[in-house]
Amino acid sequence: MLDRLKYYWKTFDNGILRENPILRLMIGLCPTLAVSTSLINSVGMGLATTFVLVCSNFVVSLLRKFTPNGVRIPIFIVIVSTFVTLIDYLMLAYMPELHKSLGVFVPLIVVNCIILGRAESFAYKNDVVLSAIDGLGMGLGFTIAISAIGIIREVLGNGTILGYSLFGASFSPAIIMILPPGAFITIGFLMAGLNALTRKGEGANK
Amino acid sequence: MTLQKENLSVSVSPHIYDKQTTGGIMRDVLIALIPAALASFYFFGMRAFLVILVSILGCLLSEWIFQKIVKKPSSLLDGSAVLTGVLLAFCLPSSIPLYMVFIGAGVSIIIGKMVFGGLGHNIFNPALVGRAVLLASWPQAMTTWPAANNIFLGMYDTVAGATPLAGIKLGQYTATYWDLFIGRTGGSLGETCAVALLIGGVYLILRKVISIAIPLTYIGSVYLLSSFLGIDPVYSILSGGLFLGAFFMATDYVTSPMTSGGKLIFGLGCGLLTVMIRKFGGYPEGVCYAILFMNGLVPLIERYTQPKVFGVKNK
Repeated sequence: MLDRLKYYWKTFDNGILRENPILRLMIGLCPTLAVSTSLINSVGMGLATTFVLVCSNFVVSLLRKFTPNGVRIPIFIVIVSTFVTLIDYLMLAYMPELHKSLGVFVPLIVVNCIILGRAESFAYKNDVVLSAIDGLGMGLGFTIAISAIGIIREVLGNGTILGYSLFGASFSPAIIMILPPGAFITIGFLMAGLNALTRKGEGANK
Repeated sequence: MTLQKENLSVSVSPHIYDKQTTGGIMRDVLIALIPAALASFYFFGMRAFLVILVSILGCLLSEWIFQKIVKKPSSLLDGSAVLTGVLLAFCLPSSIPLYMVFIGAGVSIIIGKMVFGGLGHNIFNPALVGRAVLLASWPQAMTTWPAANNIFLGMYDTVAGATPLAGIKLGQYTATYWDLFIGRTGGSLGETCAVALLIGGVYLILRKVISIAIPLTYIGSVYLLSSFLGIDPVYSILSGGLFLGAFFMATDYVTSPMTSGGKLIFGLGCGLLTVMIRKFGGYPEGVCYAILFMNGLVPLIERYTQPKVFGVKNK
């Protein structure tokens, strides 16, 4: 039983650091680049993706024994788009402003390669509980990474955090940080930082 | 695969030894920039000196810090950071807040050079990377040009004047050729005085630090294309950052082609893009982006202009 729990924890933990979708696997970069201009957008996007990821992993895993191999991708897409439509309308109903600022990137979660990638490489091969846990871990890893990028870009590029001004009116922010190059630069430095940190940890273990 | 014998050490080319060192080349380029620096002190006063100083210090400091963090041996003494600092300062307006200069210097060194692995590995000209980032970040501060004013006539802080290039866009040719030639116009620190840059460029060519190919094709193609498009060609080559870019930035060893054919293509491409951006683009000046863009094409250019290996038959 304890071993089983440990295994669950390891699957969950995997998505957060060791195989962080953005900073390690470098997938799902398109929504990351596009919406990480502010913290609130990043968190919204991250949680919406997490919801879709958990649900789609769950259902894909549930149906894995009945899914014919040849048409599995269309089936995954149908499952994913069901949940994306769900979250799309939920956000439209309860968080219209966030929905508006995320714009087309909410429906585009359908083609987010994190979701399809996890369905294909994990949920299709593992049991239901484990797949849902993997979805949660990957989703939270994505949320954490995109939020970190969102914080850096919002503070440097707009001088605010969650819309509150940090430095006063005389501060003139570096506009480049909320433009696409700013996203690439931020991701690059975060990736380098994470690599340096984990490498140091590995060295100490030896 | 390896042919290496124990007592024979095989090293990669080049095998010809030359006394020229990185430090020596950088020193020559810095000497060549002295006339333009003096001109900038003359036209923009104390402020020009401060911008150049902060830029150099920013470059040295960020290089030192970065090399401390990643535990690489220090390369401060090869002069490349100082050169980047001077070149960056030369393409900034004199009224720019000093903290922006400092940030630009850090960006030049860290994002433009060090993250690629240091001098010799950078794809893009570091000073131009810094300038491009500053221009994208603070467009207003980067395009407020104080009109040139002589220190002996007293300092004006906010006499903003249109640059000759902005004038061209509006169809106004306000400055005379003589104004442009000696640098009595608005513009960035080091780019206005054509004659000072020309002296520096000729010095570099005579010292064989740079070949004449890139500056000649670059300025030549801008001249021809401008006249083709109905812009006063002399006005066009004397205004903006063309001379600075052609002699000192497009000729950067690391980011320009090594092959002689490649140099011609590189110069022509820079000239074409510069005129296109000036004439049809949103910005009045295109030198910075033209050179950066061509920097990105250098590996491709070199691949197609590789000379035949000695002994191989031409087809």
